[in-house]
Amino acid sequence: MKQQKIGSWIAIIVGTLYFVVPLIGTFEFSLRMRRGEYSLDAYRVVFADPRFQATFGYSTLMAVLTIIVGVLIVVPTSYWIQLRLPKLRPVVEFITLMPLVIPAIVIVFGYLRLYNTSSIIPMTATARSTDLLLVFSYVALALPYMYRAVDTGMRAIDVRVLTEAAENLGASWPTILFKVILPNVRVAILSGAFLTFATVIGEFTMASLLNRPAFGPYLQLIGANRAYEPSALAVIAFLVTWACMGLINVVGHGKQIKATP
Amino acid sequence: MAREGQAITQASAPRTRTVQFGQTAWAWAGVTPFFVFALLFLIAPTLYLVVGAFQDAEGNFTLANIAQLFTQASIRSAYWISIKVSVASAVVGALLGFALAYAVVLGGLPQWLRPTLMTFSGVASNFAGLPLAFAFLATLGRTGIVTTLLITVFDFNIYRAGFNLLSFWGLTLTYLYFQIPLMVLIITPALDGLKREWREAASILGASHWEYWRHVALPILWPAIVGTTLLLFANSFGAIATAYALTGSSLNIITILLYAQIRGDVLHDQNLGYALALGMIVITGLSNGAYIWLRARSDRWQR
Repeated sequence: MKQQKIGSWIAIIVGTLYFVVPLIGTFEFSLRMRRGEYSLDAYRVVFADPRFQATFGYSTLMAVLTIIVGVLIVVPTSYWIQLRLPKLRPVVEFITLMPLVIPAIVIVFGYLRLYNTSSIIPMTATARSTDLLLVFSYVALALPYMYRAVDTGMRAIDVRVLTEAAENLGASWPTILFKVILPNVRVAILSGAFLTFATVIGEFTMASLLNRPAFGPYLQLIGANRAYEPSALAVIAFLVTWACMGLINVVGHGKQIKATP
Repeated sequence: MAREGQAITQASAPRTRTVQFGQTAWAWAGVTPFFVFALLFLIAPTLYLVVGAFQDAEGNFTLANIAQLFTQASIRSAYWISIKVSVASAVVGALLGFALAYAVVLGGLPQWLRPTLMTFSGVASNFAGLPLAFAFLATLGRTGIVTTLLITVFDFNIYRAGFNLLSFWGLTLTYLYFQIPLMVLIITPALDGLKREWREAASILGASHWEYWRHVALPILWPAIVGTTLLLFANSFGAIATAYALTGSSLNIITILLYAQIRGDVLHDQNLGYALALGMIVITGLSNGAYIWLRARSDRWQR
């Protein structure tokens, strides 16, 4: 038993070293822009760069649109599958797993061939319609996480009883969906939303191949041409990811407190 | 619960037929956007590539593109390097992830370590792409912190000793940063599923710790372990951004070759490009399919 404990400690210590050293290393590197002393110059340069502000803003907007479109597609589907169309469940689950099976680069390859300027639906013809295509590509990317989160939330509440009760009180279907069901799976939706945000904000492949001015391609540009700014950006990206995961825990925790008054 | 629900539906069913019909119509209307989306943005683009892989430039059926995947040296080596990196990072990631999960679940360590590891794994498994490459360049690149520290303190140059971040092992080491946490996140619930009674029963019957693992725990856990390893394999096989930022085009993995093909038709053959994509779908499809099948098997024990 004692041997086992020593082995466990070794695993934890080696793991901690592997995971923490690159973080410290990156942070230290990002402080070295000024010769001979530590400074936040790299961060100052990054934040002052108008391209940073523009691309980060653009990607944030894309992430928010992705979340809205994703919720509008996933919530009604999960609801009706649960309530009235259980036979479709295997089909829907298979489709939501497709983005995990087909690599993102292959999906966007298909888009470029199917929706190019000479096709029936020329979505890449204008900047705005390409933005729309990018949002849809992100919805596809986030579909497995979004669906799983919402579907778990939907199973945890008694959809049928809530629906019957609302129906007996004379509520219409849109009212039931948006005023009864939606607030009850709010935590699940928020979890899916933050996960989507973390995935989308620095996404490179799709934005780059669709030629959109997103944060991912900007990161690539800086990475190829600068010395210290990439480390600063890596630290910022890590903090954003951390914040998203933290918020998932916060909203999830809030629900537990409410559930046991 | 389900029975209760059924009773309510049955009670409300005789009310009117039109209500029932209306509900079903609403239900179909509700799931329509999902299916339209899936058709336009998942199924149709994939089918387009799959069909194109079996056509020549004039649109006639051919198997020549598929054959070229195996005969053209640059393509074959790109697939091979991708498979090697993915196998290495999946197997090592699974082993180390399992060790970490085991340590916090069954290792008798302080309680607070477990939530800390789980939270960190949630973050690290999502910390991929370009920033991850930047972090490793700043740490183990030629001017990275650890590289220079080892030179100044121990007078040991890892680059002179043969290490290179922009290589097979460098890429594998970097991929482990999201592979290990993913393994931890998926395998921890499986370890929780090992019931205390099984261990007690085994030890009462005189089994040693090793015998318990050999004959009870591992037979139960192996579908989860192998399945997750396959998931990790597919996870790194489809990745591109980290490798692209880390190695540029010096390490010719399949996703970087496909990226170049999409950008500039480097193979000078559109249909060969589709075959390249099809090959990737087949490989990730097989490993993910096996993962889903194994997962269904391992879930049986967790009820």
